[in-house]
This record gives sequence, C-alpha cells and structure tokens, in this order.
Amino acid sequence: MERYYTSFEPLRRASIRASKTINEMCLRMKILLAKIGLDGHDRGVKAVRDALINAGVEVVYIGLHKTPEEIVEASIQNKVDVIGISSLTGAHHVIFPKVFELLKEKGLNIPVFAGGIIPDEDIPQLKVMGVRVVFQPGTELDEIVRQVKKLAK
Amino acid sequence: MPEERKPKFTNLSNIEIKRVYTPDDAKDIDYSKEIGLPGEFPFTRGIHPTMYRGRLWTMRQFAGFGTAEETNKRFKYLLQHGETGLSTAFDMPTLMGYDSDHPMSQGEIGRCGVAIDTIIDMDILFDGIPLDKVTVSMTINAPAAVIFAMYIAVAEKRGIPLTSIGGTIQNDMLKEYIAQKEWIYPPGPALRLIRDTIVYSAKNLPKWHPISISGYHIREAGSTAAQELAFTLYDGLTYVEDVVKAGLSLDEFAPRLSFFFNSHNDFFEEIAKFRAARRIWAKEMKKRYNPKNPRSLMLRFHTQTAGCSLTAQQPYNNIVRVALQALAAVLGGTQSLHTDSMDETYAIPTEEAVMIALRTQQIIAHESGVANTVDPLGGSYYVEALTKKMEDAAYEYFKRLDKLGGMVSAIEKGFPQKEIKDAAYAYQKEVDSKERIIVGLNEFVTEEKTPVEVFKLHPDTERRQIKRLQEVRRTRDAKRLNNALEALKKAAQGNENLMPFLIEAVKAHGTLGEICDTLKSVFGIYKEPIV
Repeated sequence: MERYYTSFEPLRRASIRASKTINEMCLRMKILLAKIGLDGHDRGVKAVRDALINAGVEVVYIGLHKTPEEIVEASIQNKVDVIGISSLTGAHHVIFPKVFELLKEKGLNIPVFAGGIIPDEDIPQLKVMGVRVVFQPGTELDEIVRQVKKLAK
Repeated sequence: MPEERKPKFTNLSNIEIKRVYTPDDAKDIDYSKEIGLPGEFPFTRGIHPTMYRGRLWTMRQFAGFGTAEETNKRFKYLLQHGETGLSTAFDMPTLMGYDSDHPMSQGEIGRCGVAIDTIIDMDILFDGIPLDKVTVSMTINAPAAVIFAMYIAVAEKRGIPLTSIGGTIQNDMLKEYIAQKEWIYPPGPALRLIRDTIVYSAKNLPKWHPISISGYHIREAGSTAAQELAFTLYDGLTYVEDVVKAGLSLDEFAPRLSFFFNSHNDFFEEIAKFRAARRIWAKEMKKRYNPKNPRSLMLRFHTQTAGCSLTAQQPYNNIVRVALQALAAVLGGTQSLHTDSMDETYAIPTEEAVMIALRTQQIIAHESGVANTVDPLGGSYYVEALTKKMEDAAYEYFKRLDKLGGMVSAIEKGFPQKEIKDAAYAYQKEVDSKERIIVGLNEFVTEEKTPVEVFKLHPDTERRQIKRLQEVRRTRDAKRLNNALEALKKAAQGNENLMPFLIEAVKAHGTLGEICDTLKSVFGIYKEPIV
C-alpha cells in the first residue's frame, strides 16, 4: 500500500502546491475598509476589520471621515478585491452614488458592501446602485466574514 | 450545593461576581474614611447631604435636528412637558467646524443635530427661552470655544448679565481622540482652547460649567465600565493640572467642573462605578491640591443611558432597558439625566418616543420611592465591595497611563484606543457566541419586525440652512469681520486668552467654518494614529 502512494508522490506534491496557491490567493484577498461621514463611530468597522484579519484576510483600513475620492483612490493604490464602507449618520444616500460614479469613471468593477445604520427602506435603492450586501446592526461577525469572502470570489 | 447556571459569573468589566457577599467582603473598607456620610468627604454616598430629598436631578433630554427653528420648537415642547434643563445636539458639520455649504457637509446638515453656522442661528435656537432661568447644556467639543462665544454674544445682545447664565459646554477633547473622534486641531492647541474657556468662564460666568469630562463616548465606543471610569478621571486630572499650571488655584475653577457618564446594562456595576468615581476624584483632588473649598472635591455628573445597549430588534424592549439604566444612575447619585428613546437605533427620536423616555424619569422620581432616602444601597456588602473593585481597577489604569507619560502621550501611542477596541471586540464575540444574552437580539428572537415610526428630516433643511448662511455672508460688515479674524489669528499665534477674540469674531458674523479655518491656519489639523 505504501508503495502505491509513493508512486503517486509527485502528483500528491503537485496537488499540495496547487491547494497552497489557492489558500495563498485567499490569504492575499485584500479588502479596503473605510468610514464615511463626519461622525467618529468606528466601533463597528474596527470589529469587522479585526474579524476579517482573524479569518486570514488582508485588510486596509483607511480610517474616519473619508470622501468618495479618497476611498476610490485608496482602492486603486492598494489593488483591493473588495470595498467595505461603514456609514452611521444617514449620509449614505449622498455618498454611495458618488463612490459608484467614481468607480465607473475609472473603469473599475470592485464589489462594494456596506454596514452601519442603514434603514430597511433604503436598502433596495443601494442595491440598485450596486451595493452587493448591506450589514445592519445585530449581524454576527462570522456571518459578515463569510459573506465578504464570497464577494471576493 | 446545587449546580449553578454558569461556571463563572462576571459583570461587563469582567470582574468575577461571587455567589453571595457577607460582612467579610466589606471588612477592609473603613466606613468613616472610604464611605462616610452624603455631602462629606470622600462623597462616596453623594455630594449633597440631602440629595434628592432636597432637589431632584435635572431631567435633561438631548435634542437637536434640522434648522434652529425646528430644534427651538422641540426645546419648547420638552419644557412644556416637565423637562427642567435643555441639552443641545449639533449636527456633524457643526461638530467638525464646517459650514453648511462646505463639500464635506453634504448629506449631513441637520441630520444628527441642529445646524449652526452663525450667531443668527444661535439666536433663533434659543428664541423665547429665558437663558437666565433655564440651564443649557451643549454637546460641542472641537469648536466648543466658538459655540460658547456665540452663546455669550446672544446673552449679551438680550441684555442678560453673564453672571446669571448657567449651562455646560462639553468641551472635552481628550475623549474625542480616545473615543468619539470628532476633532479638528492636535491635542496641544486643543488643550489650550479648553484652558482658555475654563479661565474665561471662571472670571466671567461663575454659574457656567466650562467642561463636561466625559466617559459616555468612551463607553459607547466599547470600553468596559472600569475603562470608562479610569480614562475619564485621568482625563479630568490632566485638565486640572493644565489649568493649575496656567496660574489658577483649584478653588477658582474646580467647583465648576462637571462629568458625564454612561449607564449601561449591569445594574450594580454601574452604581458601583458612580460611587467609585466620586471617591477617587475627592481623594485625588485632596491629595494633589488640598483645596479650601469642599466643592472643589465634589464630582458632579450628568448621566445618559447607554445608546449602544439598545437594539434595533424588538425596539419596545429598549424602554425597559432604559428604565433600569436610569434607575442605576439615580441610585448612583447623578445630578442630571438623559434617558434614551426606544427608537434611537434608527434615527433621531420621534416626539412620542422622547415623551416615554422623559416619563420614565418622572416615574422613577415620583412613584418608585427611591428618591426618598440618600444612597439606599450604601452599606450593601456587594455594592461596597464592588465599589472598591472599581476603584482598584481605575488605579491600575492610572499607573499604566503614568508610565506612558500621561494621557496625551498615551493617546499618541494609541493605548486607550486599543484597550477600548479590544474590549469592544471581546464583547461582540460574547454576544455572537451567546455567552451574553441580549434579549430579542441573540435569544428570544422573533421573526417579524416591529413597525416603529421613524423620524424624517424635513427635505428642505439643507437648502434653507445654506440660504440663510449665504444671506449672512452677503449682508455683514466685511471690514469688521476681517479685522476680527486677523486679530484672532494673531492672538492664536501668541498666548492670550482667545475667548474675547472669538466673541468679537462671532459678533462680526464670522461663520463657524471661517473661525475654525482661521485657527487651523495657526494650529494645524489632527491626524489619528489608527489602531
């Protein structure tokens, strides 16, 4: 039996290599997180950042009070796979359209997700705009990680 | 012994709670030295000998939205229904020192508070409200000195003597860098502005509280109760040291210092926190400055129930949470109280929701009987032992902060920010794993959503506000304004107290944004160390 396996050793090694590459690709999955609006409520976005990092995702968190221009610029510079935007002041209806306008202008098709205080009734509009997932208060961190990982694929 | 529900019981500061407390747990706490009578050092039981038998706490609901006219109407509504003090919420652009027509202000005007650009708005905001009779609290920090100048200028315009106006500006920047994160200038100049307002107020507005040293936002950002207590008091010690260095004696300003704490879910932990806060502050003031006036030793505080403890799910449950948190604040001896409205996880509260919140306070005050005696929990083995535990935990943090070179240096190193972030993450993990049950959120969940009426901002707010701002810009005396801003800039470059220059600038109809920009040109802007 041992001999049998041994004869397949090169193939087995190749397959380990391949799966390693897939894992590394997953590990190399890069996410940009930003907080829009003039408020300082970064408790949520930081918890999401730490949960993603603990799940092996590379996260670039650019901080508070970011403009759509700064978000798109940082996404290009950091070559991220996904953009996550946290909004808690209700300014999402003004800021999200601008983010998508800029992404379109630059010819980018990076998936965007949102989190924070976003009422149910605003979600359909954000989805039409292009927001892929909206995480409302009470969502478990593991659920956010699972869905965000799916977005990168 | 029968089996217990959990292997270990802890409160929100992760302090282990024993099955039962006995005289043994309080035997090392010397009654006369550590507890004493209400109104006597170290004020563990309260700052007044009679507490609520003398006067009830001030019922002060935080309010503000849209334009000054709309908030003025809400203020009058609250006063009509038995509120005894006002508390002003400003919108995000005002909090950050931007005018309403600044690009950064788009979408945020009047949304989380009232929009104030000039003294004209301030005048409308308090129209018909007797500023010498009602005390007004204003939640404003980075541009606090400018808003304070506007308030002073409005009072002067109405012929009200400054010696008769009472109120509070929050004016606590250290907790902004630590937790709330609405800043403009770096810590050095920010501390100078705070010093200037404290000194000016001590000399000209003897009834004013020029600072409200706040733990509320530290807690909302996810800290434990022990961290809230420690960081807030340490901030307070930092401000006091700074003002004393500027040449004032403690007795000249300490009686006007005020504090602001959060009241969260763990009932006894919160009560212990409030009692420990008074004791630590009195001890530290006495040890460091040995003041003559006993009022310099007293920690006075406002409390707000914990916004972060409310759930969007099953929002009516929030009424019950708020009632328990408010009761803890009252049993902890608060001087004033804001009770959150049950719909605040969605938006600014509706009038109906605010009314229930105010009625909650009135029921505690007039029906529950808890206001009939002072510190009814004093002497409880559990509460006294827990008060001591909270005190010890705070002193542990004091040592670490001392080692880091004080609060400003600790903030630059990201220390308090990281402690809070880690506590917030740990708490979230406990909720996610159901180690902590939050009713309606991770247990006792119902599928259907409870319909609640959500506050809607007037769609024309932004246009109306910008129109008024531009009208002021068009009609003001440009020369007077230029001179005022020039003088302000020069003063900022030197060491003079900036308050008189700010008062002249707002009287010359300088906008909040123009005045803050003038100061930015001298002071620079703050960049956060991301942790």
